[in-house]
Amino acid sequence: MTHLLLAAGNTAVSTPSVSYHALAPIFIVLGAAMLGVLVEAAVPRAERFTVQLMVTIVGLVAALVVVGLLHGTRTTTPSPTGNDAFFAGSLSIDGVGLFLQGTVLALALVAALLVSERSVDVGSPIVASAAVVVGSADDRRLTTADRVQTEVFPLMLFAVSGMLIFPIANNLILMFVALEVLSLPLYLMAGLARRRRLLSQEASLKYFLLGAFASAFFLYGLALLYGYADTVDLPGIFTAQQTSGKSDVLLYTGLALLLVGLLFKASVAPFHNWTVDVYVGAPTPVTAFMASCTKVAAFGAILRVLFVGFSSAEWNWRPVIWAVAIASMVVGAVLGLTQTDIKRILAYSSIAHAGFILVGMVAITKQSTASVMFYVLTYGFTTLAAFGMLMLVRDPDGEATQLARWSGLARKSPVVATVMTVLLLSMAGIPLTSGFTGKFYVFRAAWDTAGPLVVIALLSSAVAAFFYLRIVVMMFFAEPPVDSPTIAIPGWAASVALTVGVVVTIVLGVFPQPVIDLASKASYFTG
Amino acid sequence: MTHSYALLALVLIPLVGSLIVFALPRGQAAAAKQVSLVFSLAALVYAIVLAARFKTGGPRFQYGTSWTWIRDFGVHIALGVDGIALVLLLMSAVLVPAVMLASWNALDSRAGAEEAVEAPRRRSAKTFFALLLLLEFFMLGVFTATDVFLFYVFFEAMLVPMYFIIGSFGGPRRQYAAMKFFLYSLVGGLLMLASVIGLYVTTGSRTFAITQLIGHVPGGATQKWLFLGFFIAFAIKAPLVPFHTWLPDAGAEAPAGGAALLVGVLDKVGTFGFIRYCLPLFPQASRYFAPLVLILSVIGILYAAFLAIGQRDMKRLVAYTSVAHFGFIGLGIFAFTTQGGTGAVLYMVNHGLSTGALFLLLGLLIARGKSRNVNDYGGTAKVTPVLAGLFLMAGLSSLALPGMSTFVSEFLVLVGAFTRHKALAIIATTGIILAAIYVLYLYQRAFQGTVRERVTKFRDLNPREVLAVAPLIALILFFGIYPKPLLNIINPAVKATLSDVHQQDPIPPLNATVAGGSK
Repeated sequence: MTHLLLAAGNTAVSTPSVSYHALAPIFIVLGAAMLGVLVEAAVPRAERFTVQLMVTIVGLVAALVVVGLLHGTRTTTPSPTGNDAFFAGSLSIDGVGLFLQGTVLALALVAALLVSERSVDVGSPIVASAAVVVGSADDRRLTTADRVQTEVFPLMLFAVSGMLIFPIANNLILMFVALEVLSLPLYLMAGLARRRRLLSQEASLKYFLLGAFASAFFLYGLALLYGYADTVDLPGIFTAQQTSGKSDVLLYTGLALLLVGLLFKASVAPFHNWTVDVYVGAPTPVTAFMASCTKVAAFGAILRVLFVGFSSAEWNWRPVIWAVAIASMVVGAVLGLTQTDIKRILAYSSIAHAGFILVGMVAITKQSTASVMFYVLTYGFTTLAAFGMLMLVRDPDGEATQLARWSGLARKSPVVATVMTVLLLSMAGIPLTSGFTGKFYVFRAAWDTAGPLVVIALLSSAVAAFFYLRIVVMMFFAEPPVDSPTIAIPGWAASVALTVGVVVTIVLGVFPQPVIDLASKASYFTG
Repeated sequence: MTHSYALLALVLIPLVGSLIVFALPRGQAAAAKQVSLVFSLAALVYAIVLAARFKTGGPRFQYGTSWTWIRDFGVHIALGVDGIALVLLLMSAVLVPAVMLASWNALDSRAGAEEAVEAPRRRSAKTFFALLLLLEFFMLGVFTATDVFLFYVFFEAMLVPMYFIIGSFGGPRRQYAAMKFFLYSLVGGLLMLASVIGLYVTTGSRTFAITQLIGHVPGGATQKWLFLGFFIAFAIKAPLVPFHTWLPDAGAEAPAGGAALLVGVLDKVGTFGFIRYCLPLFPQASRYFAPLVLILSVIGILYAAFLAIGQRDMKRLVAYTSVAHFGFIGLGIFAFTTQGGTGAVLYMVNHGLSTGALFLLLGLLIARGKSRNVNDYGGTAKVTPVLAGLFLMAGLSSLALPGMSTFVSEFLVLVGAFTRHKALAIIATTGIILAAIYVLYLYQRAFQGTVRERVTKFRDLNPREVLAVAPLIALILFFGIYPKPLLNIINPAVKATLSDVHQQDPIPPLNATVAGGSK
């Protein structure tokens, strides 16, 4: 890090010129998060929930609007002036970055509505007070307390700000900072479930430990790449591959370790082991948030690393992507078959879908970039709504996620069953749903370079279809159990969130052209 | 391209009807049935009008139209019919109202107690009829699509209503049958999707329009792989032995009306796919794989016929007979002769009508006897002569008795196959004898002999039920005596298809001047 040391030793430090307007969405979300922290301290408990929700929604909407206004931007910031060239151009605000930022914000908005749903459970799906020992007398009182640990909102905003930086970071150090900023709040949020506290805390700890492990991999890879290229800038690393005389071992080991860290976040097999337990233990709206937003951000970062930093080394990483894509699809589809809990099924489905998304990355083309961007968007909305639906089917002690408990659901609530069916069919990739459009887009982009991979992907989506259908079979064709679960009537927040999810799922299946246009127009990198 | 809204309107009629029926409030079963029937009849009338205005000597695809759907994928909502699609369209449009009439009270345990099938579960007639209309929308769409992507969308989407028809309204093992049906079809469909994408990429034509893809698929191994993707999908759908094992389960467990549409129309999509997509798009691969397909077809004719003879479950029996009949259709298509092709298309129409009628009548019989086992019946003809008579007619048409339209088609298929593959045609002919055995043996066990206890209280068909089935029988008889109108429509389309495969008849037909299209 000689550059850094030199810069520090130099007396004449010039301020970098940052284009603040291009980073405005990040500042807005961070500002809203800070404000949320202040709200936590200053606003009386009775109003706190409402105020926090308002701050969150206003912050996310404002950031989304600004992202919209920024469309078409191609800039990297900060600009190199004086001796601060080390971080010059470390953030690149380009089509891919803005599209993914917009996607993260839109999904986070929907997820925030799910988090704020107060009518399905006492208080909220979020615990009343997280720092209470499980099994103690206080803990038993918690389930009936209508207090809510409202810190979940600022935590969520901090995570979102990390997710906004993650896909636009052109500099691996900054990417690492973003990775931690998005991960740390998520570790906490996973432990906030109101029911099954022990499971939730276990999820939190598991996620934290494994996440820290993955971060270490990322850092190690970063260090090796710095050793190879003398820079941690992705464009710099790209140039170094043409000019550097150093051993390729550093380069490829570095890339491999970096990818481990990234693939972990995207829950790609064989780095998926945390996914299922964490998804099951976390409060369901938080699971929805993780399954959609984290995936978008993580795949955004993978896209940028591979397509900007290593596009000339594609012959070296392509087999790796092949292997993990196949592993992910097969693990997700096959292990999903054996599950009897719907939340676990959806978790395995998210692993399988991570594999499908990777299929789109085997070819470095504008089209494949656009297809991956489109896929994460469609999958995000569908999975968000699908997890949201789990909140509605309840037993006295919480959500009834056992598959058997869902039998005959259509008899009790045709609407819930039908909506869930639409979402599941979309995940299975049946035409006229967004899931099909996304799959088609990704597979078409990959066909030329990886025909056999596409066939494997199609076959594993046939396998995966089996467990989606199993849920449909349960809901529609089976007799309801004697003590059938109750169907909670969602309040306005969850109703809006679920409606948005389903409408996007259907509209992007029937009229996808506008969003495809947007994605293909935005499929450019700068830097 | 000139836009014609005719086909779009036709396809949308059942969709609109389905949405209306879905939107009706719960408990409006009577209104739902009436609205459904009106919409299906409207679609039928309109289809007949279109058929009447179809110019038999005109361009190959008529009523053509095309709107951009997803520009980036090069996908169009492109509709159009050739003679082959037109007759199948008509057949589907005829079958749907017949199914509705025959299933009128099948779900209603109060209105017609003896018609309600099996366990009195709470089932919604409204949903059933809405699903039928939705299915009709996809069926009409699949036959009219001239864009490969659009065809695929309809092809896959069609599974969903049928899945619910089997799963929600079927027999005791309906969950298993619905799942099996869906997964088999889905696997085929996904393989086809791989080929659809491959078609787009390898032709480089940036479009899915079938007319622009014909003749542009590169030859060699690529074409063979792409062919296999489509072929397996259609072979599962058709179903061709050895991809047939889902059909007996699905056919047996589906409600009678659903089974009639499943075997009558949905399975025709497979054979339609052979002739519309496999042959013209992949001529070289089609010729390469033809011997294999022909052998599978002949195996299917014999194997399924033997299995049918051994069945006691009447619906399974009819499902197996269908597998045998699909062998004949495959034989006709892959013989690459005009007679064979024309016969195969006519066979599809006839089989839809005759098996549709058989399934509907079986459904009415089973509703009375509450058993699918043929041994529980006997002497039924003495109690319900009308039902027995109609059943005999439908059965005779199924065994291709001369005078029935099925005879014309079976004869054409065998003649067409004989001119090119004598041995296979001769072996296939024995299938006719087996057909006589399974049909007559079924009729004998169920309707002849001593009157069984459970049969004595059977009510004969009421006018509504007769009205549902009699038109199908009448059509079979009419086209058995005078098949010319259908043949005139089918023949040019088959010739055009064969010219795409670069095949001409080995022995020119009698009126050689008409035998154009040879290259």
